[in-house]
Amino acid sequence: MLNEIDAALLQKIADLTGKPVGALNIRKDGGCEARQSTEHIKIDARTDGKQGIDIHILDGTKGEKCYIPVIIGKSDYAEMVYNDFYVGEDCDVEIVAGCGIHNSGCDEARHDGVHTFHVGKNSHVRYAEKHYGEGDGGGTNIMNPQTVVYLDEGASIQMETVQIRGIDSTKRYTKIVCGKGAEALITERLLTHGSQLAESDMEIVLDGEDSKGRVISRSVAQDRSRQVFRPIVIGNDRCFGHVQCDAIIMGEAKIEAVPAITANSTEAQLIHEAAIGKIAGDQLLKLQTLGLTEEESEDRILKGFLA
Amino acid sequence: MLELKHISYTVSSPEGTQTILKNVSLSLPDGRLIVFTGPNGGGKTTLAKIIMGLVTPTEGQILFNGEDITGLGITERARRGISYGFQQPPRFKGITVRDLLTIASGDEKLPKDRCCHYLTQVGLCANDYLDREVDVSLSGGEVKRIEIATLLARGSRFMIFDEPEAGIDLWSFARLTETFEQLHRNHDATMVIISHQERIIRLADEIIVVSGGELLHRGSADEVFPLIMANTLGACPVLTRKENG
Repeated sequence: MLNEIDAALLQKIADLTGKPVGALNIRKDGGCEARQSTEHIKIDARTDGKQGIDIHILDGTKGEKCYIPVIIGKSDYAEMVYNDFYVGEDCDVEIVAGCGIHNSGCDEARHDGVHTFHVGKNSHVRYAEKHYGEGDGGGTNIMNPQTVVYLDEGASIQMETVQIRGIDSTKRYTKIVCGKGAEALITERLLTHGSQLAESDMEIVLDGEDSKGRVISRSVAQDRSRQVFRPIVIGNDRCFGHVQCDAIIMGEAKIEAVPAITANSTEAQLIHEAAIGKIAGDQLLKLQTLGLTEEESEDRILKGFLA
Repeated sequence: MLELKHISYTVSSPEGTQTILKNVSLSLPDGRLIVFTGPNGGGKTTLAKIIMGLVTPTEGQILFNGEDITGLGITERARRGISYGFQQPPRFKGITVRDLLTIASGDEKLPKDRCCHYLTQVGLCANDYLDREVDVSLSGGEVKRIEIATLLARGSRFMIFDEPEAGIDLWSFARLTETFEQLHRNHDATMVIISHQERIIRLADEIIVVSGGELLHRGSADEVFPLIMANTLGACPVLTRKENG
């Protein structure tokens, strides 16, 4: 049964309130709390003995949503989950994943997940993944998500990952392989505080002719937290790739951004930009002249930056 | 009424102490449009920043409507009704024009037609700009006009504009002068505009020439303008010295 804490977590990570319409799989503490397939989206347990689900989306499925949130309410718990998505041709779907941990114990709660997408010809997928942790017991919350996407000809994915507070350690790995005319857009939003650690490795392989890849990463590191970004774009044919990493550094935090672009074709056009800096003094002053306090100004700047 | 009493501002550097403002006293009655003008580096911006609290004077006292605000921070002064348009406004990644106007107005549900009204007054079309981020994608002139719109949205009783014309094209400038004129006509707010533009100087009830950290002249446009022109056109320091000597 879902309790109030679970419901609050679900709302935070997947904007879920009440009973959602569409395909659904809610995983709680390793069990299946709810599962619902639709005519076009089939969700089944895996048959290879691993934890996780297989999601099959039929050809031509348009305008449907699929929710697959994970919640953990235990301390001293670890799981490794494999979810495979098979998206047919000519689809236009939205997949909302996300993981919320409420760890009120003093031990570790850990979710490791591997999501693999096979996106069929000319299909468009919007994939959102929010990570959130809370708990007052002093236990650590760990999430290590891996996302691997294969985009067939003309397919595209718009991937949004958000981690705002509460995750003590995360090691993220994302790989997208783009076929002919395929397009990948990754937007990453990250805020770390306390002594948290976040590492994000990304690899976009632009294999097909006229494929496009774009990474927009914005992060804020507060207190003593540390962040490491390694976005890589590889162009193997006529393609366009753009990596943009922006970070705001505060307190005693440390941020490392190591973007890399590799061209294996004379027709590959690749750009990377990376910037790290503190909040500009004149930004704070400007908002103060509009009546906000210094603290409110800082919050507003961070909120906008991570929006 | 805003009163500055014996304001001095000095900065220390390895090369020695530099005086930016020397014992400046000034009172600005309500509802007036006052232009601060004078040579670059004369102390105009510092004086304006001291009013807003962006710069703390080394000596002197500031009274706003009888209250001593010398020790108050920027936020408190803003909340008492002073606002400031920066000469070079900052840019914000992720904050839209609508966000800025909303913050400025203090009304979380600022309706679109209000935003539109403020933007039109600075010659921008709301449909094109409301949802744009105030970041490097906007030109200097656009950011400048948005800055002025935030002051209009704020609706303060005491508004300071630091060189509002800088970076703005001629056509938009004409629109802007009209806006200042209108604002002055329809509201009882006090406006201090730092400017070198004759058209803005001509709008003023009073012109204050700030030079060398002091108030050099004070008077109406008709009184002060000939003095400025004499100083700028006929005043080659070498020739003047020769004539005098």
